[in-house]
Amino acid sequence: MGDQPIWITFIVTFAIMTVLLLSMAYTTWYERKVLARFQDRLGPTRTGKAGLMQPLADAVKLMGKEDLVPDAADRNVFLFAPLITFTTALLSAAVIPWGGTVQIFGTDVNLYPTDINVGALFILATGSIGVYGIILGGWSSGNRYSLLGAIRSAAQVISYELILGFSLVGIFIITGTMSLTDIMFKQHEMLSFGPFEISNWFVLTQPLGFVLFVIAAVAETNRAPFDLPEAESELVAGFMTEYSAMRFALYFLGEYISMIIMSLFAATLFLGGTSGPGADKFWGLGIMWLVLKVMAFLFFYIWLRATLPRFRFDQLMGLAWKVLLPLAILNIVVTAFFRLIGNGQVF
Amino acid sequence: MEFFGSNYIVMVFMVVTAFVMGFAMAGISTLAGPSRPNKAKSAPYESGIPDVKPVRPQFTARFYVIGMLFVIFDLEAAFMYPWAVNFDVLGLGGFVHMIIFISLLLLSYVYAWKKGALEWV
Repeated sequence: MGDQPIWITFIVTFAIMTVLLLSMAYTTWYERKVLARFQDRLGPTRTGKAGLMQPLADAVKLMGKEDLVPDAADRNVFLFAPLITFTTALLSAAVIPWGGTVQIFGTDVNLYPTDINVGALFILATGSIGVYGIILGGWSSGNRYSLLGAIRSAAQVISYELILGFSLVGIFIITGTMSLTDIMFKQHEMLSFGPFEISNWFVLTQPLGFVLFVIAAVAETNRAPFDLPEAESELVAGFMTEYSAMRFALYFLGEYISMIIMSLFAATLFLGGTSGPGADKFWGLGIMWLVLKVMAFLFFYIWLRATLPRFRFDQLMGLAWKVLLPLAILNIVVTAFFRLIGNGQVF
Repeated sequence: MEFFGSNYIVMVFMVVTAFVMGFAMAGISTLAGPSRPNKAKSAPYESGIPDVKPVRPQFTARFYVIGMLFVIFDLEAAFMYPWAVNFDVLGLGGFVHMIIFISLLLLSYVYAWKKGALEWV
């Protein structure tokens, strides 16, 4: 970590959190617009130009709704659980870099809240703590749909978290670090093939790891086609069934922030983060490249939702444990083997 | 600001800020929204029909099996991270050790599969 005064770190952190919350609101707009296009509709058009005020209108409406606590609910846990999901989702942003150390008004500013040496593990950890919010919320609702949704969600998230964790080991072998800042800057180096120069993005050296990571990331955020915890046709709204007003919105916010965080995480690990033409000369361009990559990932999320039907629960578990887990271990062994040969430590 | 734990002060700041943001948002709707509970509204949601069975339902023991498998394989992952980060230092010896470790776990994985622990019926 650079030696900047702590108040600058706090300002950068606060700015990143605010940007995340705003972009989350507009991710809902983006999703509705894109999904509408997939279905040959227009999506929101009435609130402001191209429906741009829609997220604001939704927020105001949700704030004016009744915050209902059912009689059967465990009141304190019920009121507290959505805050866990929301807080941990935002906390994951702590280790994601938006650039290196840059000069703003003559002062050195780190474009990341913090750079711990176990950054990648930290995101996995906050992701698993987020499950507490889901399982406590579902259990405390005193409703069978909520409980079933919560237990399904817990089983799904722990299964896919395993895949998520294993798919990253290949990158740790190549880079020898778990710090996201270091991993990102390793990808800013260029590889040259004769006259051509391409960025050393890890999607090129870890294609299998990338595919496994993306599948696991979609499942980890409970999105279609892995949205079994909130399967409308069988579980009403899953663990959110009894929630209303802003507490419902907190779960919703948490899910969308997790989506953005997972997109940022994938872009940082596999697509070079801020790497792109001109990014090394001006840091603003780097942020723009990162945002573009995140938007591409979000588009992919929505595309999946528009295209694929929902999995059955046994298929979901079978995919994780019988297909993805052996593939992830294979990826680790193959990566390690080629790294040994590349280092000249064998033969 | 380079001292022990300086990275984690930022995280404490983030937890507090995020919690306050969430608490404030939930608080707004508690204050601004109406509060008119009635018996039907406060009953567990059951698609409009009265609830008859006890509300805490049983669920299948498969979930516990998944939980146990997760503990086993997540521990394996926890052993792999330090090995992966120090891969270049450990070299061929570390690679052989890890292959032995993975083969042992694959053995237990095949056993669990044959026993039907991975089937979801």
